[in-house]
Amino acid sequence: MKVLVIGSGPIVIGQAAEFDYAGTQACKSLKEEGHEVVLINSNPATIMTDPGVADRLYIEPLNVDFCERVIARERPDALLPTLGGQTGLNLATQLSDEGILEKYNVRLLGTPLTAIRKAEDREQFRSLMREIKEPVPESWIIQTEDELQAILDIVPYPCIIRPAYTLGGTGGGIADNKETLWETGRKGLKLSMRSQIMVERSLLGWKEVEYEVIRDNKGNTITVCNMENLDPMGVHTGDSIVVAPSQTLSDLEYHILRTASLKIINALGIEGGCNVQLAVNPESFDYYIIEVNPRVSRSSALASKATGYPIARVAAKIAVGLTLDQIENQVTGTTKACFEPALDYCVVKLPRFPFDKFASGDRTLFTQMKATGEVMAIDRSFEAALVKALRGLEVKTKDLSHPKFPPMDDEELALAVKIPTDERLWAVAEALRRGWTIQRVNGLSRIDPWFLHKIMKILNGEVETSPTAYKMVDTCAGEFESATPYYYATNEIESDFVSS
Amino acid sequence: MTGYQEILTDPSYAGQIVTLTYPLVGNYGINDDDLESDRVQPTGFVVREACDAPSNWRSVNTLDGWMGEMGITGIQGIDTRSLTKRIRSGGVTMGAIGDDLDELHHVLEQAKAYDETDFVGKVSTKAPYKWGATGKESVESPDPENRVRLVVIDCGLKFNILRRFWRAGSRPIVLPCTVTAEEVLAWRPDGVLLSPGPGDPRRLEGVVSTVQGLLGKVPIFGICLGNQLLCHAVGGETYKLKFGHRGSNHPVQDLRTGKVTITSQNHGYAVDAASLKGTGAEVTQLNLNDGTVEGISIPDARASSIQYHPEAAPGPWDSRPYFDEFIAQIRSGK
Repeated sequence: MKVLVIGSGPIVIGQAAEFDYAGTQACKSLKEEGHEVVLINSNPATIMTDPGVADRLYIEPLNVDFCERVIARERPDALLPTLGGQTGLNLATQLSDEGILEKYNVRLLGTPLTAIRKAEDREQFRSLMREIKEPVPESWIIQTEDELQAILDIVPYPCIIRPAYTLGGTGGGIADNKETLWETGRKGLKLSMRSQIMVERSLLGWKEVEYEVIRDNKGNTITVCNMENLDPMGVHTGDSIVVAPSQTLSDLEYHILRTASLKIINALGIEGGCNVQLAVNPESFDYYIIEVNPRVSRSSALASKATGYPIARVAAKIAVGLTLDQIENQVTGTTKACFEPALDYCVVKLPRFPFDKFASGDRTLFTQMKATGEVMAIDRSFEAALVKALRGLEVKTKDLSHPKFPPMDDEELALAVKIPTDERLWAVAEALRRGWTIQRVNGLSRIDPWFLHKIMKILNGEVETSPTAYKMVDTCAGEFESATPYYYATNEIESDFVSS
Repeated sequence: MTGYQEILTDPSYAGQIVTLTYPLVGNYGINDDDLESDRVQPTGFVVREACDAPSNWRSVNTLDGWMGEMGITGIQGIDTRSLTKRIRSGGVTMGAIGDDLDELHHVLEQAKAYDETDFVGKVSTKAPYKWGATGKESVESPDPENRVRLVVIDCGLKFNILRRFWRAGSRPIVLPCTVTAEEVLAWRPDGVLLSPGPGDPRRLEGVVSTVQGLLGKVPIFGICLGNQLLCHAVGGETYKLKFGHRGSNHPVQDLRTGKVTITSQNHGYAVDAASLKGTGAEVTQLNLNDGTVEGISIPDARASSIQYHPEAAPGPWDSRPYFDEFIAQIRSGK
């Protein structure tokens, strides 16, 4: 089969090159199955446009016009749209809407467009959630300025504004009052591809948890991993400090949320990877479904690297009709892709912000992603992983001290702990250094006390972080012998070796 | 990566030292609800790091504080990945926890092999009881109407099995593992459940002969050890796995539908598929990783069993429909 893959396009603020990673994996995966891959991508500075990744390569603008020309010339049998991020998905939607796919008899692979629409169109998604009895926060879909005007007095403040069909939440924000809602809402309407925004109840302070899930066309479903955001709800997950797996959820809570996530991908009929974001009340079993990304996303790239499970590779194989039990787990070589990775380490992701280049930029973080990259570190403890990630961030601060915060008085510091910015972690560390109680810092930042205790341990020098051994990321926590050259350094007794 | 409280109260771990591969244990503390039996069951617990400042809204104690109260020995600071790999290559092994190597060697030399101890007799309930909406009830308590009477032969039950069966519409009546077939039938059961439990199924001749006395007379369902007992009851064989199936991520394929389910597992012995030939029992489910038997069925006797834990706790809920299906099957009289 000849398959057209839409590439990741330009790297922009709000993306972390994850779609290049996913797309490259997908192209290789399709070729493994004997398919011919035609790639169209506007960005020649990506890995996927390197020689040998695709069979045929077009460096052309990612728009309907050029895509149609490539289709007319190459006459592919099928199009795989779910691996190029939102850009690819939007383009595929347009190609389908304008009848181009039908005209050239190109079959769409992977998750059907109807399912993607159901996940991305707020109204359709909410009605599906109501149908399957999964809770979504109270919200309003707005398509015109008149409709926006009408809700200004009804909405509970603070509320969140999310434009539909945009990348990285561009044009979104939080409004504390009518004026801000009016302003941000109007901007969002302009930026949304479909002139649609959602205004919803704010869940500021709730835990934010994500599940990376995969489903095949036979209905087999698995969870690749879950992740917990250190920054509570209110900060875009791309801008949040994230740990994998979740640290403060009990088994019962973990599986309530896992079950909900799997129920959702089954109801949507996803064929491939999917990301489910949930808000979790830190004081009860209550939760809300926040968002579903019906495709390989930034989070799936992170989950992939965090677990060793190649989500894009597996998703591409599912798209061409294989089922999870037929796909080999490349890492162990002896087991199947139909299992759930077990982690025997802790993963910490730190976002990398461009404020060193945009010194006058607004450093406040909210629902619109500002990070341009991320650092991921693996270690046997949270403390060691965080310290390692800090060193890898390539910013002036190499640890938890930042010259900006010691001179601040307590009032200023309290504000720096309360309002999320790219520097909040260092403000939190300074507050703990000043002897502020965990309770006080938690009250201001709503960061879970578990993380604060760990940060305290780093400050107290309680954690040995200099590596003495190398351990393997093997997807199965040592249960099966593996032969993958993916290691992390850690302070442990014994190293893993692969016999060659 | 979660579920340590459930693991520590699971009777199938009786007499064992348990180690967890995930290095950070005790993060969400200990709560009053997630208990799978009345006490801590393993004899020892080995972790990389026990959390001293847990955080969760239901937490009432730290892992260390609770284990101390329960009188169970634990050790932290161990390279548990290295230990896991030793178990993987050398198989499960006898172990001891302490700080004097000579003494530990001595203790291990004196200790009886794991397979020589009757752990089922130790963990099984001594007296019959019933299960209701709020937990254990005395055997005299009246039975609500329209509930399927389910006699459970307790070889090491987890509470969540009873909770799930109650929810599915049954009235569990739990009897000790020493019960005879006649005694079971005297309770007029609509169905019988063979529970999970610790140790080698070959030791349990008494329970096996009880099952033989029940086969064909009443629908039988088995979970984990119950799967192995059903296998022995029809004349099949079981064997010891090198390092068993533990944890919450085992893929099981149903041979009738091809569908794969992610399951929670905890067993060191497995059913020998070849030994089932000519017994009337057939293999219905297989482990996708290693091809071992995960479920058998004896259609003529209305008996079936599974090797994994549909009640989860800890683990995924994907096979929860089993409870409803089982009760529906009894109700339909098929």
